[in-house]
Amino acid sequence: MPELSINPGVELRNAELELHHFRLRVAIASGFVLVLFALLAARFFYLQVIRHEQLQTLAEANRISIVPVVPNRGIIVDRNGVVLAHNYSAYTLEIQPGGIEDLERLIDELATVVEIGPRDRRRFKRLLEESKGIGSLPIRTRLSDEEIARFAVNRYRFPGVEINARLFRQYPQGELFSHVVGHIGRINQREVDQLEAEGLIANYRGTDYIGKTGLEQSYERFLHGTTGVEEVEVDSGGRAVRTLSRTPPVSGNNLVLKLDARLQEVAYNAFGDRRGALVAIEPSTGGVLAFVSQPGFDPNLFVDGIDPQNWNELNSSPDRPLLNRALSGTYPPGSTFKPYMALAALTYGKRTPQQTINDPGYFNFGGHVFHDSRPGGQGLVDMYKSIVTSSDTYYYMLANDMGIDAIAKFMGQFGFGARTGIDVTGEAVGVLPSQEWKMRRFKQKWFAGETISIGIGQGYNAYTPLQLAAAIATLANDGVMFRPHIVDYVEDIRTRERNAVEPRPLRTLDLKPEHLSVVKQALVGVNKEGTGARAFSGARYVSAGKTGTAQVIGVKPGEKYVESRVQEHLRDHALFIAYAPADEPRIALAVLVENAGFGARAAAPVARKVLDFYLLGKVPEPVKRAKEEDDASGG
Amino acid sequence: MHPAVRRLTGYLTRHVDGPLLGVVLALMAVGLIVLFSASNANFARVSAQLANMLIALGVMWVFANIPPHYLLRLAFPLYVVGVLLLVGVALAGDVVHGARRWLDLGVTRIQPSELMKIAVPLALAWYFERHEATLRLGNYVVATVMLVIPVALIVRQPDLGTALLITAAGFFVLFLAGLSWRLIAGLGVAGIAALPFAWSVMHDYQRQRILTLLDPAQDPLGAGYHTIQSTIAVGSGGWFGKGWMNGSQTHLDFIPERATDFIFAVYAEEFGLIGSLVLLVLFLLVISRGMLITAGAPTLFTRLLAGAITLTFFTYAFVNMGMVSGVLPVVGIPLPLISYGGTALVSICLGFGILMSIASHKKLVQT
Repeated sequence: MPELSINPGVELRNAELELHHFRLRVAIASGFVLVLFALLAARFFYLQVIRHEQLQTLAEANRISIVPVVPNRGIIVDRNGVVLAHNYSAYTLEIQPGGIEDLERLIDELATVVEIGPRDRRRFKRLLEESKGIGSLPIRTRLSDEEIARFAVNRYRFPGVEINARLFRQYPQGELFSHVVGHIGRINQREVDQLEAEGLIANYRGTDYIGKTGLEQSYERFLHGTTGVEEVEVDSGGRAVRTLSRTPPVSGNNLVLKLDARLQEVAYNAFGDRRGALVAIEPSTGGVLAFVSQPGFDPNLFVDGIDPQNWNELNSSPDRPLLNRALSGTYPPGSTFKPYMALAALTYGKRTPQQTINDPGYFNFGGHVFHDSRPGGQGLVDMYKSIVTSSDTYYYMLANDMGIDAIAKFMGQFGFGARTGIDVTGEAVGVLPSQEWKMRRFKQKWFAGETISIGIGQGYNAYTPLQLAAAIATLANDGVMFRPHIVDYVEDIRTRERNAVEPRPLRTLDLKPEHLSVVKQALVGVNKEGTGARAFSGARYVSAGKTGTAQVIGVKPGEKYVESRVQEHLRDHALFIAYAPADEPRIALAVLVENAGFGARAAAPVARKVLDFYLLGKVPEPVKRAKEEDDASGG
Repeated sequence: MHPAVRRLTGYLTRHVDGPLLGVVLALMAVGLIVLFSASNANFARVSAQLANMLIALGVMWVFANIPPHYLLRLAFPLYVVGVLLLVGVALAGDVVHGARRWLDLGVTRIQPSELMKIAVPLALAWYFERHEATLRLGNYVVATVMLVIPVALIVRQPDLGTALLITAAGFFVLFLAGLSWRLIAGLGVAGIAALPFAWSVMHDYQRQRILTLLDPAQDPLGAGYHTIQSTIAVGSGGWFGKGWMNGSQTHLDFIPERATDFIFAVYAEEFGLIGSLVLLVLFLLVISRGMLITAGAPTLFTRLLAGAITLTFFTYAFVNMGMVSGVLPVVGIPLPLISYGGTALVSICLGFGILMSIASHKKLVQT
């Protein structure tokens, strides 16, 4: 280039200057690099030295997860070791609804891999509503091996869905023990609050189920066990990589019951398709041998959350299978009240055994006529005959002579109208009428006329079958009353240590042996030559019993009660109380058959079957349908 | 040594810069060691990366042997082809992971933005070389436009990381070419003024990344997760680290993208502050060597090119470590020479090849 040669000095200087400028820029850039790297180094120092401890803790927290290990729930067996409630392990398909946008679609897609029925969907929906979307909820339980394999292959398609091995509660006896063993179910919010209030919530971390009814509920704290803790290293997906430490859970205690499963079965089946209740008690301990409420239901339905359809069926059935009749149903005792009335009369000196009354077939109280169930009456009636033939007139008069408060005072000792304190919850109180009760309940004075029908177990009288059983057991045990209890002992399965539920005498009634013997002889007479004789003909043991018929509707004076004209659910209840053997009672029971008419006809045969089995080991023949029997005899 | 062997060795190493190669090899060794841990001792992955490195070193050697004036001739055509390809991507590119970055040429798929990482500084350096004698304001404006066109196309794809690197490379050329301080200040002001506009054209996920940087805790399981977990990993390393293969954040899968963009979190967790500083020093050695070559380069073209390559390498390292340690937003920029992946490795080594060529051919020119 010619210019360059003209003034090479300028060109050279320019180039020098350019280079100088450029190197200055390079130096500035290098300084810039150094400053930024120094900032990075400072940041590293800040994170790795100053905040190290805190971030280290966070890393550990990331790494370590505390996982509760749910203990095995204790099992429940009868007195002979027959399993009434146990656990089995099964795989469930569970969804964590928290992070899922379209649950319906997810379930639809899942259904292409694993069978999901409409019931599963309904149940899941219900669980979802109850849980408010916290935790993982089962969409399917009891997966087959094939279904597990199929899901495992497709697992990547379903984030938030997993298969878990879980222990399930099972009640192998089905409906037989539905009202006494009860069932567990998923913990609801109310129960969470309750556990929180009792300070037990920590022990329930990881536990999904809790006892809802029956023994499962009342012995919850024994059955549940102590939750263990596992410290596991988890990856970012929350999957456990390895276990760092483990405090094993302590299994719940087992319950061994006083109940006899075979006796229970006999009793349950003896009802046929009648509704009713039966409670059998060992008089010398208060141990409950059988505890039946008919109809029952399959408690297994409730374990994983009952689906709405089954729930509606159970809940709206006119037979009310969910009602625990033995524990929470209250009924007038009818004539089964009479032996206690007689004992009261003797104790308070209102009657002697030999004293007779004249029974014209009715009792007139101030112009108001109370009919005997036997029109025309029985003429002269003493105490023995009054019980054996179940005279109403005798007890109308007696009640009138004693007055309501004396009756209430005496009957109270036998536990009428008070909770027995049995070891399941939900017991009804019933009604033992008195002046004070009526004032409290109705704000009304007691009318003397109201006392009359109290004497034959009608009127305001209302007791649970359990109270009737506890009373007859007390009578059989000569006035020593035990608290009824279903559990014999609680067993620690590790130490095999047994914690017996001690027979606890509630009280000893102040009764004279000669008075007791009069009544007890009469009760034997009932089954030998009285209202119970037909049901107990040919029995190879001496039993004592008393029939009862409880009115469901009042029959107006002058009207006649004709069973066939009354709607089934308004018909009289049949009752029977009994114990045997008469001289040394091993079993006392109360039977109630709803709307079955006379106690002698419907309830006494049930008692006979139970006593036959318990005392003789006699297994009854297959039961004829009670209704067919009715229809046949009604014709 | 046999003279023939010596001649051959001499021929092979004639254009190779010993110090630069040494530090690069050291960094690659570190990369393989960390990758072994980050991939949970996956030999297949480590050998694949080793193969990538050998290819990259081959490319480096080839470019070290290409005299700079060939590059000068190639610069502008390469730039034009690159821009055309970017336009092609915008019109008919393949969408992968929501971003339109790939162009299917029938035989193979290419990512033209990768090409622009070298084509843009080449073209700008060529432009300044061409107008060396008569540089005035207008030239800087033209150069800026040459920079903005490809960057705009890449931002649209969207590929924020690459756009950032190319912008940086282009800016370094402008800066080294003597862009006046007033203009730099002006650009800075303009840049800040353009922020609201940039915000409005950003994709939601890009905005989210910036918001997340300001407060990672606002969405710890969502957008902030990466930053929180990598910060925990770095910090829990402490002075000396948890030891190779012992990082709990790494091995329990808490670090996202731990073999690629977040590999520094693995390194810092397992080797601690000491290890991090050693790595910074290694990067600094590469940059120093690059700066020395830049300062000694014979022509404006080679000076600008060498400076841009060196400073782009710095940008890679700084942005990546800044992002992993939670001071910069998450953009897809790998840690140079360490992160798993062939493309970036090759383009970085290609740059080093050019650096070596500039360093070695200078001597040849002078003699």
